[in-house]
Amino acid sequence: MRYLPLTKDEKQEMLASLGLNSVEELFQDIPKESMFQGDLDLPGPLSEAELLRHFQELAAKNSDATEYVSFLGAGAYDHLIPSVIKHIVGRGEFLTAYTPYQPEITQGVLQSIFEYQTMICELTGMEASNASMYDGASALAEACLMACAATRRELVILPSTLHPEWQDVVRLYLENQDVAIVTMPYDEQTGIVDLQSLDSLPWAEAACVVVQQPNFFGLLENVSALKERIQGNGGLFVMAVDPISLSLLKSPGEQGADIVVGDGQSLGQAMGFGGPAFGFFATSGKLIRRMPGRVAGETVDVDGRRAFVLTLQTREQHIRREKATSNICSNQALNALAATIYLSVLGKQGFREVGYHSLQKANYMKQRLLEIPGLSAAFSAPSFREFAIKGAVDWKEVNRRLLDQGFIGGLPLARFDLPDVVLFSVTEARTKEEIDSFVSILRGLIT
Amino acid sequence: MTKRAAVPLIFERSTPGRRGYRLPELDVPETPLEELIPQEYLRTDAPELPEVSELEVVRHYTQLSRLNHGVDVGFYPLGSCTMKYNPRVHEDVVSLPGLRAIHPYQPEETVQGALELMYNLGEYLAAISGLSKASLQPAAGAHGELAGLMVIKRYHNHRGEGHRTEMIVPDSAHGTNPASCAMVGYKVVEVPSDERGGVDVGALKKLVGPNTAGLMLTNPNTLGLFDENICRIANIVHEAGGLLYYDGANANAIMGIVRPGDTGFDVVHFNLHKTFSTPHGGGGPGAGPIVVSKELAPFLPGPVVEKEGDQYRFVMPEHSIGRLRSFYGNFLVYAKAYAYILSHGPKGLREVSETAVLHANYMMNRLKDVFELPYDRICMHEFVLSGSGLKEYGVRTLDLAKRLSDFGYHAPTVYFPLVVEEAIMIEPTETEPKSTLDEFIEVMKQIAQEAKDNPEMLTTAPHHTPVRRVDEARAARHPVLRWQKEQ
Amino acid sequence: MSEKLLYTKEHEWVLVKGNIVRVGISDYAQNELGDIVFVDLPSVGDVVEEGEGFAVLESVKAVSDVYAPVSGKIVAVNEALDDSPELVNESPLEQGWIAEIEIDGPAQTGDLMNEQEYAEYLKGV
Repeated sequence: MRYLPLTKDEKQEMLASLGLNSVEELFQDIPKESMFQGDLDLPGPLSEAELLRHFQELAAKNSDATEYVSFLGAGAYDHLIPSVIKHIVGRGEFLTAYTPYQPEITQGVLQSIFEYQTMICELTGMEASNASMYDGASALAEACLMACAATRRELVILPSTLHPEWQDVVRLYLENQDVAIVTMPYDEQTGIVDLQSLDSLPWAEAACVVVQQPNFFGLLENVSALKERIQGNGGLFVMAVDPISLSLLKSPGEQGADIVVGDGQSLGQAMGFGGPAFGFFATSGKLIRRMPGRVAGETVDVDGRRAFVLTLQTREQHIRREKATSNICSNQALNALAATIYLSVLGKQGFREVGYHSLQKANYMKQRLLEIPGLSAAFSAPSFREFAIKGAVDWKEVNRRLLDQGFIGGLPLARFDLPDVVLFSVTEARTKEEIDSFVSILRGLIT
Repeated sequence: MTKRAAVPLIFERSTPGRRGYRLPELDVPETPLEELIPQEYLRTDAPELPEVSELEVVRHYTQLSRLNHGVDVGFYPLGSCTMKYNPRVHEDVVSLPGLRAIHPYQPEETVQGALELMYNLGEYLAAISGLSKASLQPAAGAHGELAGLMVIKRYHNHRGEGHRTEMIVPDSAHGTNPASCAMVGYKVVEVPSDERGGVDVGALKKLVGPNTAGLMLTNPNTLGLFDENICRIANIVHEAGGLLYYDGANANAIMGIVRPGDTGFDVVHFNLHKTFSTPHGGGGPGAGPIVVSKELAPFLPGPVVEKEGDQYRFVMPEHSIGRLRSFYGNFLVYAKAYAYILSHGPKGLREVSETAVLHANYMMNRLKDVFELPYDRICMHEFVLSGSGLKEYGVRTLDLAKRLSDFGYHAPTVYFPLVVEEAIMIEPTETEPKSTLDEFIEVMKQIAQEAKDNPEMLTTAPHHTPVRRVDEARAARHPVLRWQKEQ
Repeated sequence: MSEKLLYTKEHEWVLVKGNIVRVGISDYAQNELGDIVFVDLPSVGDVVEEGEGFAVLESVKAVSDVYAPVSGKIVAVNEALDDSPELVNESPLEQGWIAEIEIDGPAQTGDLMNEQEYAEYLKGV
């Protein structure tokens, strides 16, 4: 086999050293009647050339964002990805390393985690970050569980403007621990959480309230009212944020958040049909020891040299087992490294520009679309790089026809119970020419 | 006073005004920021990101990478982690824009290639496990455990047996097993190991009952031993009304040799980043798909892919537990596992497992005269020695682990499983040449001799690494988890 | 003062002063645990049952409960351990004390060992 170096002679030599005649004898502990007979029902083996061809054929059956101009968002975004990232994360010393349990020979990964944690703290304005989670949705579910553990309460208040799939994930995690969920309705005019509804909510029993900023519709929530309510009642304030928006928006730390999570896909990660990217998780200082996941910390070696090491490990499953803060073990380290490189090359100025350009381009497209008769803004609250447009149009069919013209249109929200509404996302990667061309084709299709 | 590390932090390389990437010009008419976003929402302090050129970034991370051990750098016999070679062509195939640059919400007809890959991979994993239907959503092994346990719980609830809340877990299990149980609200009931290292069947009989939800088992277990009583164990649990969960962390020993489904398991998770060679990436991303029996398939997390004629589409299983994360899991990771299976084919996968097991037995046999072997029987793809014999020289297993770094090796897993004192768990994998195994064996012998002649060589090890032994107590007592700009 | 010290089989020490019982861990225990990096202290006002874990000691890679030798109410905790958990290692019997428990009635200390008995007990551990 291609990747097995063992020669026939070496195999015989090894077997002889064990006093065995055949490899089969090594499997004598397996009950005879359970042994698998014959060959597994699998294709292959394919040579390298055949494998490449097969993947090219599969890829050719997909329409991708390098070939089409895409306006899809809703949790996965087509931002520009600097070339340099893939070259660094492709280095074998990063790519083929395990979790850095032996700090003396894994300072590379450990220091990069420490840098990552610093950047997440800078973006969120929080005091501590872990080394990454699977994605934003599961990070939010873990944040809710952590809030329950910290407050010894068993109820969580979620906004109905939270990404519907994230709501599903949180519900699944919480129901397994018998934690109740109360959902805050949104105002159909503004598209953000209905502040009039807050009085009727069980604040005194709530472990936390969650707000997503910007929310699923791309709109900016009024967070201070929620923060006051929950913290005034002894619960925690949890924010789920888009990292690119933090280039312009006030940091959650500045707004008094206790736990901040989000999905890091927009920080230099391929869309990759939804994964892998990573989730980030940050907290205030007093909650550090309740955080799930791995954390790197600074220390010194015996010679007094600065060094980094995984720390606060007693929170984790390999030590505390069923009493651990979470069961998470593997995380999304290489994706977190990619984000660290992304934020390094973008730097202070470039990062702000990504947010600013996305905002301006999204607004430009929104205004152009609103010029089309029959289309209106679905909601009135200010938006960031995504916006919802309303129009009595068969959006699925329109998207099909846009595809013929080289465009992947917005996301029809019919699947989330909002017929007539479509969600567009515009990043810095889109050009004025693409936007103008899209708008004029769309106008032709629906008027 | 802290001495400077070999490589400064990226923040310490920052020069105000420098940049490493340039965006295209903003080509749309601008609207003043305050008109788009109310002033009170805007931040006044920019995040303190580094200001460096692209070359500085490349140098910085290249220098960091050189402080790091990986499979590409040297032998990595880290037990239970299956640090095998990661074929480079797999990185190439998942770099195709047709896979990398597709959006999860594109209409199904525009992503048929991706769905076909998902469908096929699910079928292949079902064939390898001897079970029925897969979900590719879990992002890692522990996430797979969570998914599998939630499926079991939903199944029992669906049958009106919600009182089954006890999950039996062997004392040799990975920490994720009990931690995952706690995440689904199950009570962990620990079953001891017998003198041969397997589940104590007598004890198990006493532990099962009307509240038993199931048993989680790694087989081969964390001692690297195949539980020869597996069929009896399965019967005991099934007769009590429980289900069997297979932790696939050690599946590298069994491909094409024995299928978990054929020995009575109802749910399996695979660690694709172990058995199917997707790179570990310094701790992730992995992928932890689960495969379940026909009875459990309606409860799988979704969506899953179904095939109708020559079209593929997403379907939510009838009684699905729901979603464990957004979208469909770590697609670009499990696409590499798909490539791995195709590269090997059925005979190749069997040869992988045979070779992994042969390598482990060869090494175990040559090391058992030097280190204590608590369970002296044929092992599977890994084996566990004990370093307790070193204690009389004032040396611990940890010191041995550190000393191995001086020879360019990553240490084996140490102090796990918990049932062996001073455990040293070695997993050579199938992709290492015999010469590497032989060299490692000689170094282990040399270190064992050093422990007698010059124990300080071990207790002060490592000596030739980028940093020497680090102060873990200091890091935990006074946590410094981020860099701070000097005021 | 040290002659008034009593010990439990779980290696806590107990110092009885009227109806207040100060609790810490023995020198043997701190040595076995290694570098203590964090002490999870109870809150003043918590009610504890004899035999119940009421504080948690963490070393780098292990976690141990500290069990209440008597039932009662926590009336003081050693807040110095928040910043300096190493006091448990450096001064287990003095500065490394963990908490004080107020008991309802007279202290039931019959099961506890004095220093000599504890020294004997350690020989068998």
